[in-house]
Amino acid sequence: MESAAISGMEIVPWLAYAWAGLLAIAVYIYVVLDGFDLGLGILYPFYKKKKDRDLLMNTVAPVWDGNETWLVLGGGGLMAAFPLAYAIIMPALYVPIIAMLLALVFRGVAFEYRWRTKRWLKYWDMAFIGGSIVAAFSQGIALGALLQGIAVDGRAYGGGWWDWLSPFSLLCGVAVVAGYGLLGATWLIMKTGDDVQSRARKLGWGFGLATIGFIGAVSLATPFLDVEYHARWFETPGLFVTIPMPLIIGAISVTLLASLRKDHHEYRPFILSLMLFALCFVGLGISMFPYIIPPSVTILEAATPFRSQIFMFVGACVLIPLILGYTAFAYWVFRGKVDPDEGYH
Amino acid sequence: MLTMLFEGFDAILLARIQFAFTIAFHFIFPAFTIGLSSYLAVLNGRYLLTKDEVYLRLFKFWIKIFAVSFAMGVVSGITMSYQFGTNWSVFSDRAGPVIGPLMAYEVLTAFFLEAGFLGIMLFGRDRVGAKLHMFACLMVAFGTALSATWILSVNSWMHTPQGHILAENGQFMPVDWMKIIFNPSFPYRLAHTLTAAYLTTAFIVGGVGAWHLLKGRKDNIGVQKMFSMAMWMIAVTAPLQIVLGDLHGINTLEHQPAKVMAMEGHYESHPEGAPLYLFGIPDDETQELKYAVGIPKVSSLILKHDLNAPLAGLDTIPDEDQPPVAIVFWSFRIMVGIGFLMLGVGLLGLWKRFRGRLYESKSLHRAALLMGPSGLVAVLAGWITTEVGRQPYTVYGLMRTSESASPLEAPAVGASLLAFIVVYFFVFGAGVFYILRLMKKPPVLGEEGVGAAAEGPIRTSGITPAQQVKDQTDMDKGRE
Repeated sequence: MESAAISGMEIVPWLAYAWAGLLAIAVYIYVVLDGFDLGLGILYPFYKKKKDRDLLMNTVAPVWDGNETWLVLGGGGLMAAFPLAYAIIMPALYVPIIAMLLALVFRGVAFEYRWRTKRWLKYWDMAFIGGSIVAAFSQGIALGALLQGIAVDGRAYGGGWWDWLSPFSLLCGVAVVAGYGLLGATWLIMKTGDDVQSRARKLGWGFGLATIGFIGAVSLATPFLDVEYHARWFETPGLFVTIPMPLIIGAISVTLLASLRKDHHEYRPFILSLMLFALCFVGLGISMFPYIIPPSVTILEAATPFRSQIFMFVGACVLIPLILGYTAFAYWVFRGKVDPDEGYH
Repeated sequence: MLTMLFEGFDAILLARIQFAFTIAFHFIFPAFTIGLSSYLAVLNGRYLLTKDEVYLRLFKFWIKIFAVSFAMGVVSGITMSYQFGTNWSVFSDRAGPVIGPLMAYEVLTAFFLEAGFLGIMLFGRDRVGAKLHMFACLMVAFGTALSATWILSVNSWMHTPQGHILAENGQFMPVDWMKIIFNPSFPYRLAHTLTAAYLTTAFIVGGVGAWHLLKGRKDNIGVQKMFSMAMWMIAVTAPLQIVLGDLHGINTLEHQPAKVMAMEGHYESHPEGAPLYLFGIPDDETQELKYAVGIPKVSSLILKHDLNAPLAGLDTIPDEDQPPVAIVFWSFRIMVGIGFLMLGVGLLGLWKRFRGRLYESKSLHRAALLMGPSGLVAVLAGWITTEVGRQPYTVYGLMRTSESASPLEAPAVGASLLAFIVVYFFVFGAGVFYILRLMKKPPVLGEEGVGAAAEGPIRTSGITPAQQVKDQTDMDKGRE
């Protein structure tokens, strides 16, 4: 048709892969930022006192909606660069996505509402806890469901609305809850002191152990899913990654657990947790590449033509560093320990 | 199971209801926060310039309300960025190459800006200094308006698409981004919608001021100031909005004549001047406006600025390409009716101010209170007019709504719709309740320990028993 006559209507591999990389980075930033944010909700049940709960929430109050904006970028970016993937993944993960959205509504408004009422405080606390756990769990399920493969029919999702449900996706769901709990605990070690901090260390240990265990379980299960991951990991050249990967993860895990025991280590546990998540991301990347929807749609198949991708890509390359800059500034403004006595006005 | 309930339903209809419901709920919050963030920036700026405590007092009063509204806008907005994919996947796949990048630009330029500076605006006054805090206020206000700009560009492209080609795989492919962004209906829609947001906020602020005035708090300078500022804003923007609405309507007539025919209730063509129908019951079956009450030739006068200009009717449009007339006809009348009532309040305010009775006139205060939420109603009515009016298309003239939806079963869409309805009414109902409670307390001097070291990274919003006692005392003082 006439599309051939206009330049820039072809799919350019380097740009498509750059976009995939950019989206992976955006999702990683989302996972770690909203991870500790949602993690606080997961840890809430372990802090019973109102004063402690106020403090927990105050450590993220100035930044939480910035954190969630990365999720909007994940959705919007996927639609912008790979609309076919967006159009297949969203209906396939319909139930977990809707559950996540509704859960985020509950926990998001809790930030404001719990200061507005006394009588209902405990219900908004429950909304914060429930919303955080369900959002984390749904995100894990979504990840698991994507990894185990999505049925595609032409340019649309070809399965039923419960296909996402499997032992593997549930395992991933629990794993993400544990991982976010770890991020939340190590965040609190940085941002608080005294009792709240020492409890965070203990919680960090528990959630840290659980996270490491689940990383092991998911890693062991992934190559045996009904997708070609097996070949990816257990044949050369994948084998060169397969062998050192568990060693590196193991080393970081041991360092993390040891660091959680050392009282003068306030920042290290959080940074080590970020590294642990980063390694998991690399592992996911190795499993999935070059697919964007395993095992049916590749990154190149879902990509839009040059003209569409380059328009956004140029902007993203300028704007994302800028965003990281002022986001870092906002974090810097509210740096250091949060004073528990500052909680009232 | 509950989802069995939806077995017999049409999945596309349910998806449409879901989109309409979630976007209508979402739209209420930005319509308010776009205006309110600018108002807050103005208050803060005037405080810094004049050092008059009253502006700071009002800033502290409104920022709590802003924080709650903004949170509701954020969480209902996250839903929207996924609605396209979950329920309208075919549309997303086909229109994604064009609208996706624009929406991503919205996230990158606007959402991050708002969210990044919101924390500093809410909690950072003492941490970053007055100038940087003011900058943060401006960035939040700018971010909200910028976000509206991008999303209205996307929306306008769906109404008046251009700058693209249709590829073999069915996707709309961008050719000329400037044509796509600055499509024909965009400038009008943007001006009309942004003004609507400012007008909506002015009426809410004015309504709150009026409520306190009616409660006998006319000696509270904060109450006076907010009411006066709101009445100025209404006096300026209400007439402006009517002009902008007229221009937008004329633009629509050029690009989407069927929508204007539905708005006007013109089933038949009028070769020698079309009447302006004030009332009637549209009947799509028989294609006639029953019990019509109209003024001859005035519609032609408004739309063509000529009494005898011919106007085509829906009889020139095939039945399957017509929008449902009754919804468009009525929502349009609600919007326009409110618009003229707003103008009336603006004029009444000017008159009372001229007579020196701005803070005394009970009739003005009652009118302002009654009209307090009218902006939200008008915004929703206008939105319904334009969105239902472009049916049966999602991309006007090119892609039908019926071919845009996800391949989902009705129970899935129905169950999620039910969940959205229950959760939204509960959660946002509670939010509106808290906002009303915040509005009920008059702005008081020294609120939240102004100048004390109490300002921190912490909720500006916590209320301690001691503070409540203090507020109560201040309130009592105000009454004396």
